Amino acid sequence: MRHLLSTRDLDRTTAVRILDIAEDMADVAQRAVPKLPTLRGKTVANLFFEDSTRTRLSFEAAAKRLSAEVITFSAKGSSVSKGESLKDTAQTIAAMGMDAVVLRHSASGAAATLAGSGWIDAAVVNAGDGTHEHPTQGLLDAYSIRKRLHGAASRGRDLDGVRVTIVGDIVHSRVARSNVWLLTTLGAEVSLVAPATLLPGAIDSWPVTASHDLDAAIAAKPDALMMLRVQAERMTSGFFPNEREYAREWGLSAERFARLDADTMVLHPGPMNRGLEISSAAADSARSVVLDQVTNGVSIRMAVLYLVLSGNDGTDA
Amino acid sequence: MAVRLVLQQADIQRALTRISHEILESNRGSDDLVLLGIPTRGVMLAERIAGIIGSLEQRDIPVGALDVTMYRDDLDRHPTRTPRPTRIPESGIDGRTVVLVDDVLYSGRTIRAALDAIGDLGRPRAVRLAALVDRGHRELPIRADFVGKNLPSAAAERVNVRLAEIDGEDAVEIDGGTEHPGGAA
Repeated sequence: MRHLLSTRDLDRTTAVRILDIAEDMADVAQRAVPKLPTLRGKTVANLFFEDSTRTRLSFEAAAKRLSAEVITFSAKGSSVSKGESLKDTAQTIAAMGMDAVVLRHSASGAAATLAGSGWIDAAVVNAGDGTHEHPTQGLLDAYSIRKRLHGAASRGRDLDGVRVTIVGDIVHSRVARSNVWLLTTLGAEVSLVAPATLLPGAIDSWPVTASHDLDAAIAAKPDALMMLRVQAERMTSGFFPNEREYAREWGLSAERFARLDADTMVLHPGPMNRGLEISSAAADSARSVVLDQVTNGVSIRMAVLYLVLSGNDGTDA
Repeated sequence: MAVRLVLQQADIQRALTRISHEILESNRGSDDLVLLGIPTRGVMLAERIAGIIGSLEQRDIPVGALDVTMYRDDLDRHPTRTPRPTRIPESGIDGRTVVLVDDVLYSGRTIRAALDAIGDLGRPRAVRLAALVDRGHRELPIRADFVGKNLPSAAAERVNVRLAEIDGEDAVEIDGGTEHPGGAA
């Protein structure tokens, strides 16, 4: 694998392979020495042009567990605030001899631009680009669902027939997009629930069903319910009247959570707005996989860094 | 190109039986013995040897799988390898005699990687090496303690081990070389 830019590029075999390698990486975390020498001598640059805590820390932990050197760059307090372009920043980083660039950027398509630009030779891993994609989040969500359903027997399995409902701010959500492409590629049936203003205009061309009624979605007993964060920072105009109305119609309140099927797991990519899209009763319950998602994120990112940084010709054996 | 059959099913069975006896002899019994196969075919061979020793000793011999992909030093020289699961027996490896089992011993680099992997998993009392075929061409100071068959080969040849568990039959054959590779013995 040369780059990881989008889950749309992944076929089912490749996706299952990444999840399976992540299983092996998760086993490593349980050992006395939770570290592998695999990427000794490689350098990974974390380029974060947009705020992030968990994704940045997760990539950093993943690279370090594989013995890579990590250099982290945040746009705040850097030359970007002096007006440096993505190209100049990338070339500066490349001149320092980086093997991989983990890029988070507010512009959709930034990672693809960097990978296809010829500015740098390094492998590019998309860690979130605008409202486009966040592929490692999609992968870790798929991993978390598979792990919760199949436990130790997860290896080699896809998500055939698994019913996943994604709720909330779909239009601004790169997490939703990465999940829609990946989960459907893996065979899952994905449905979306959102206010009409927060569904993308091109929803008809997506391989999903869409509705506005969370109570009906809960009554349909999905295998997994993914609550998305309300992204106040991307809401430039009134997408819904106010937070209380959003919470009442589309939030997983304690009362709704009580109606949820006992086998339905609850996911949230974090950071959570407690009391808005998710209640503490749901977030802290045994059916919540929120903390598993964080743990699994490190395993997934180890698998991805291994795949883009090993091999001599970008092809796979 | 000629394909030469070197070991048949009965030969492999005899070699594994002899290796099993040799392991028991050198370990003075089966106490504290752990067999770790190197995927893919080493795992099957380790399970077969554990079965033979188990029936000789009337006890279960701990057997597992040790994947060494993430410890290799040649990851940049080949297409990306997919790691296989590592399974360590519940008894662990600390203070035990670990016998590594692989199908073909060649450059020795896989075993070097395996020794590093073992070091991250615990501290065995001793590590031994069993290989069904030793084809020479070592690049590191590593040798096997138990060998099924020494098989001088040319570097250009391929040694294929096929096992009934995944290949449908037991056989070892040499592929692609001439009958008598010069100077390879």
